[in-house]
Amino acid sequence: MKQMQLQHKEPATDCKNTKRYYVGPVATEFVATKTGIWRTERPDVAIENCSFCGTCRKHCPTDVIIVEKDGDNRGVHFDWDYCKGCGICANVCPKKCIAMIPEAGACDL
Amino acid sequence: MLTMKSESKGLIANGVSLCSGCGLELAARIILDVLGTNTVIVIPPGCAALFSGYGSETVTKLAGFQGNLENTAAYASGIKAGFEMQGRGDIQVLGLAGDGATVDIGLQSLSGALERGDKILYICYDNEAYMNTGIQSSGSTPLSAWTTTTPGGKPVYRKDMLGIVAAHKIPYAASASVGYVDDLRRKVEKARTATATGPAYLHVHVPCPTGWGIKPAQAIEVAKLAVQSRYWPLYEVVDGEEYKLTVPVSKPKPVAEYLRLQKRFAGVNAQQLDVLQSAVDHEYASLMKKML
Amino acid sequence: MSSRILTDGNGAASLGLKLARIRVVSAYPITPQSPISEKLADYVVDGTLDAKYIRVESEHSAMSCAIGAQLTGVRAGTATSSVGLALMHEVLGVAAGCRIPIVMPVVNRSLVSPWSLWCDHQDSMAERDGGWMQLYAESAQEVLDLILIAYRTSEDARIQLPTMVCLDGFFLSHMSDAIFLPDQDTVDSFLPPYVSHNFHLDPDDPMFINDLTPTSEFTEMRYQQAVAFDKAPEVLAEVMADFQKTFGREYSLTEAYRCDDAEAVIVTLGSMSGTGKYTVDLLREQGKRVGILKITSFRPFPAEQIKSALANVGTVGVIDRSAGFGAQVGPVATEVRATLRGKPVQGFIAGLAGRDISPAVFKKAFTRLLDNETTEHVEWLDLKEDALTLREVRS
Repeated sequence: MKQMQLQHKEPATDCKNTKRYYVGPVATEFVATKTGIWRTERPDVAIENCSFCGTCRKHCPTDVIIVEKDGDNRGVHFDWDYCKGCGICANVCPKKCIAMIPEAGACDL
Repeated sequence: MLTMKSESKGLIANGVSLCSGCGLELAARIILDVLGTNTVIVIPPGCAALFSGYGSETVTKLAGFQGNLENTAAYASGIKAGFEMQGRGDIQVLGLAGDGATVDIGLQSLSGALERGDKILYICYDNEAYMNTGIQSSGSTPLSAWTTTTPGGKPVYRKDMLGIVAAHKIPYAASASVGYVDDLRRKVEKARTATATGPAYLHVHVPCPTGWGIKPAQAIEVAKLAVQSRYWPLYEVVDGEEYKLTVPVSKPKPVAEYLRLQKRFAGVNAQQLDVLQSAVDHEYASLMKKML
Repeated sequence: MSSRILTDGNGAASLGLKLARIRVVSAYPITPQSPISEKLADYVVDGTLDAKYIRVESEHSAMSCAIGAQLTGVRAGTATSSVGLALMHEVLGVAAGCRIPIVMPVVNRSLVSPWSLWCDHQDSMAERDGGWMQLYAESAQEVLDLILIAYRTSEDARIQLPTMVCLDGFFLSHMSDAIFLPDQDTVDSFLPPYVSHNFHLDPDDPMFINDLTPTSEFTEMRYQQAVAFDKAPEVLAEVMADFQKTFGREYSLTEAYRCDDAEAVIVTLGSMSGTGKYTVDLLREQGKRVGILKITSFRPFPAEQIKSALANVGTVGVIDRSAGFGAQVGPVATEVRATLRGKPVQGFIAGLAGRDISPAVFKKAFTRLLDNETTEHVEWLDLKEDALTLREVRS
């Protein structure tokens, strides 16, 4: 029986570390997209006015806000790798203590 | 097993290529936070397909499958059946589909699943158009809204999808909004519990800054106005017959206030506004007649 | 031990799926397949089939449910015909591309328009490039046997391709025949429980299946499917050999009937093969050296077997039971012609929409071949003279 011209390299196998491969479309790696680079402005919290209610955190679409009322880490913290600078946090804050300030390096449009 | 190349607090990576201010992104995080890891998710092409992934990379930690545009409910029914036959009926099977994939092309397969009583949780995220393909009108697009296929404004009111679902008399159906996240969270929990006895359906309003022409920052504000103007009533239907308003709106804001923030309604003239206000009032009155 | 029972093609198909222990059924009724959807419902209700019956609302959903269920790790069964298969088309591609080894009986019926309820191969021919294997049955026995062979082949780690087992509408589906029904234990020894070798849905082992694939990987995934098709003849042959050992009946990718010393051979698919063999016997008694080459496996296309069976045959004809518009000859003839480069291959069309392919039709075709009256163009063997004047316009 004639096989079609093999244009592929046969997967390497060795007795100890035989690898298996899926065929067809499947995603097997969990990888975040670096959406932080999208930002042209970023939230800036006036912490002295903050009531630590967590409304900003609850409405952040990217879930990058941590609100810590007590302890060494007291404050409202943002994961700058992913914050898109959408401004929802500033919009929903009941104390209006979040300002959206230009991202460093973003040009003044 | 998934190779974890990033970390995230929840079941979705913090970096997902959905638009800045996307209502769906917030809704999806809340939904998956409630449902947890014993869940299989079915996602059709559309904005939510950004959660499925690209090539070898995904941004969700759940077991999932990307189906076709019109058969999310059918895949979900089949997956549920397969698990049930292996004694794993406890696994939550979630279909997360947009308005286009539900109200238009997906109506048949959804209706079949609901009629059969398949124990799936179907959540329609409604951004009121085919957004992922570039803002084309769907059966959910509001009256007078601009889209690329209704550049003169949509001439007819949106489909009453929840009314259609309620006619199937499933254990639990509800409307929800990212403007009311606690209400949404409660409803996902109730829907999840309901799937022990039959299908459950949620219809979630998710503003789309890109398609609605709003500032990303105003996504939640606009969602709230939709509810507060009675354009998007928040209610639940148990067994197709018991209607309950979960967020009463006794002093409704004029629909104009809701439209004002959205460029897609910029072309609406005074007469069209009247028609839209009347339509909203009429729909709300009809709905109230069904309330307990 | 096998028992001998009287059943028809649909009955044999239903028994095949039952013996394969499908756990989820998602069949939508369509003539002439409906009895399969009914029989499976009976088996579930009477407890002889331990499965969940999903009463789907369309064939598109039927295949979708089957895919969803099979991804969780169980065999899922569905069957269809004609426009039902056409409606499934989009989803067939998902099963093929996601390498889901579903086995599906297809009761061959013409597509529309014109509307017809009756047998031809247009429905399955329209799916021939989609990535599904295709086996064609000549008899009710073959329907049952090929289903079991298909499961073993499809599920083989080297293959992982879905298979359609095709049976002619009404001629096979509704024709009573005596068949050997294998017992469940022997089938279990031939066909072990389903094990997926590929990606799957399981919260304990998460992955995201069927996500968007970049251009940089799509070709390679299609190539993976091609590699499986390339291995399929070998695996089919292995499985068929094991089938013979287990059940005593012999199968191969093609069946050559009296071809060894034949001057003219007609290539056939499906139930017409029986009539073809019968006609060969009649003509042989008259001294005519003719034979039939039946194709059992159309996908993968059995090029080697066809070449070797017809090596010494002077003239070949192919009866296509579908029209194959826009091409010189029908789909099967096109591929046979390509394989037999240089040898005269006459394309015939016959038997559309349930028109019987009788011994007279075969005789006409053999006469053409034996008289060396072959042409490049297709001949419609059973065409009526008034083809263009069927409907007079009256004012």
